[in-house]
Amino acid sequence: MIAYLLKRLAIALATLILASIVVFAVLEILPGDPARLMLGMNASADQIELLRDQMGLNAPLIWRYLHWAGGLLSLDFGRSYTYSVPVIDLVRERLAVSLPLALIALALSTVIAIPVGLFSASRRGRAGDTISMGAAQLGVAVPNFWFALMLIYVFAVWLRLVPAGGFPGWSAGIWPALKSLLLPAVALALPQAAILARVTRSALIEVLNEDYIRTARAKGLPYRTVLWRHALRNAMIPVLTILGLQFAFLLAGTIIIENVFYLPGLGRLVFQAITQRDLIVVESVVMLLVAAVIAVNLLVDFSYAAVDPRLRSRS
Amino acid sequence: MTLHIDIPEETLGGILAKAFRNTAFLTGFVISVLILLMAATSYVWTPYDVTKLVIADKTQGPSLAHWFGTDHFGRDILSMVMVGARNSIAVALVAVGIGMGVGVPLGAFAAARGGLVDEALMRINDLVFAFPALLSAIMITAIFGPGAVNAIIAIGIFNIPVFARVARAGALAIWPREFILAARAAGKSSTQITIEHVLPNIATLLLVQGTIQFALGILAEAGLSYLGLGAQPPMPSWGRMLFDAQTRMVAAPWMAIFPGMAIVVTVLGLNLLGDGIADILDPKSRRQR
Repeated sequence: MIAYLLKRLAIALATLILASIVVFAVLEILPGDPARLMLGMNASADQIELLRDQMGLNAPLIWRYLHWAGGLLSLDFGRSYTYSVPVIDLVRERLAVSLPLALIALALSTVIAIPVGLFSASRRGRAGDTISMGAAQLGVAVPNFWFALMLIYVFAVWLRLVPAGGFPGWSAGIWPALKSLLLPAVALALPQAAILARVTRSALIEVLNEDYIRTARAKGLPYRTVLWRHALRNAMIPVLTILGLQFAFLLAGTIIIENVFYLPGLGRLVFQAITQRDLIVVESVVMLLVAAVIAVNLLVDFSYAAVDPRLRSRS
Repeated sequence: MTLHIDIPEETLGGILAKAFRNTAFLTGFVISVLILLMAATSYVWTPYDVTKLVIADKTQGPSLAHWFGTDHFGRDILSMVMVGARNSIAVALVAVGIGMGVGVPLGAFAAARGGLVDEALMRINDLVFAFPALLSAIMITAIFGPGAVNAIIAIGIFNIPVFARVARAGALAIWPREFILAARAAGKSSTQITIEHVLPNIATLLLVQGTIQFALGILAEAGLSYLGLGAQPPMPSWGRMLFDAQTRMVAAPWMAIFPGMAIVVTVLGLNLLGDGIADILDPKSRRQR
């Protein structure tokens, strides 16, 4: 078990290092000179050269990479070209919007999907299954940003229950802040919940066909016990895998959803930074998101060991 | 890749008969064909010219003259939805082609070889998976500039590890089976076995994943166009139409409703088609019914 966990950890670290090289390399080939961008149209070649020196842009590639990676490790991301503030401050401020948003969406999606999947699988082929899987089928097909627009139309424009966009900040109080995250979270969660419900159902159906389920039923265990104790537990591996993958989808989804709702989150920050060629911000936020995805997948790997005893004994 | 399934007692007629009884397949098939026809029709005929701006007709609600209403430039939304279908289908389809063409051989190769090759390929897979797809797509389109072709590349790259993973997982489940052992005993090479026995047995899996990725590609293309990174105006695209609609939600909600419905119906049709195919061709799922 420890060998398994160590191996997964080593793989995660290697992936992280490789990812950082990719991010760095990709942004190196991006067109546009940040020094020229900062100084504007009228700067002379000498001025630009001087600033490039000051920014360390003329140093050798490998040295710049090591400097940058070392900075990431010590949470020193550098200064934003366009905002002229340390990137870490920007990130901290934006994370306070994006992290709660992603977590609420993930929680919503799980809370909706697992019971629906269970319900559907245990009523396979009957009306309840058909209706809930029909709804899931529809949910998978809905683009989250269109769903967001429809939610805005109904709940913000028409019923005036929640704001149509913007974020008052946590200083305005927990409730107003949460209220403005509610629609975005629902918009993010619904398509994910639909996918998760389908996966849960099919994983459960697969498990329910196994011999040991028949054995458990044959020895007189009630259906409910078999479903929760034997089937759900064995169906958890595909469900956990999808949950891990969905976290990456959620993070990416925040880029669009934050744009729909004008939320000052990480996704909006990185999108604006890309269009403004603010490379330091792009690098930092992308690395942060990638690190988050890798960390979540590592957690998923660890949880495999928790739900699957075979992995625990295997070295 | 040829598509034939190892079920000896199954004739083409038998499969067709089953297809006609399968509601999901039929619904999905009809929707998909209708969307394709709509896109094809748009090449020769649309109710109105989508490049012509008629300011006098701007933001009109649905009517007999304009079934889906008009946008802020007086363009007919129905015509734009029709032309937009082309773009969505082309981008998503080519992206699936890229994903399958590169991903399936990689995954099958990894499963056949095992060991270090497998490990290395799967680590590269992990690496691509670590980048949220839309984020990399945004970065790719930011590097090469926005446009339909770059959207295809961006979505296609994300499809590669998906197909590699599915192909590998499917192939790994096939390799320990007895008929593979028999093929080995008959002296076939692992490449031969992969092509003759493994791929046909995972074809259903790949076809179903293909329709899923096609549907996801349509959603991704819409997302990129919504952010202004997909097909560029004046070429209409569903995502771009939704972007234009957003600030006009109060005055002209139809501008958002119809392009969105087009996306939902298309994706729904493709997903139903995929589910139907899985039902019809996979004997395992049939037993479960």
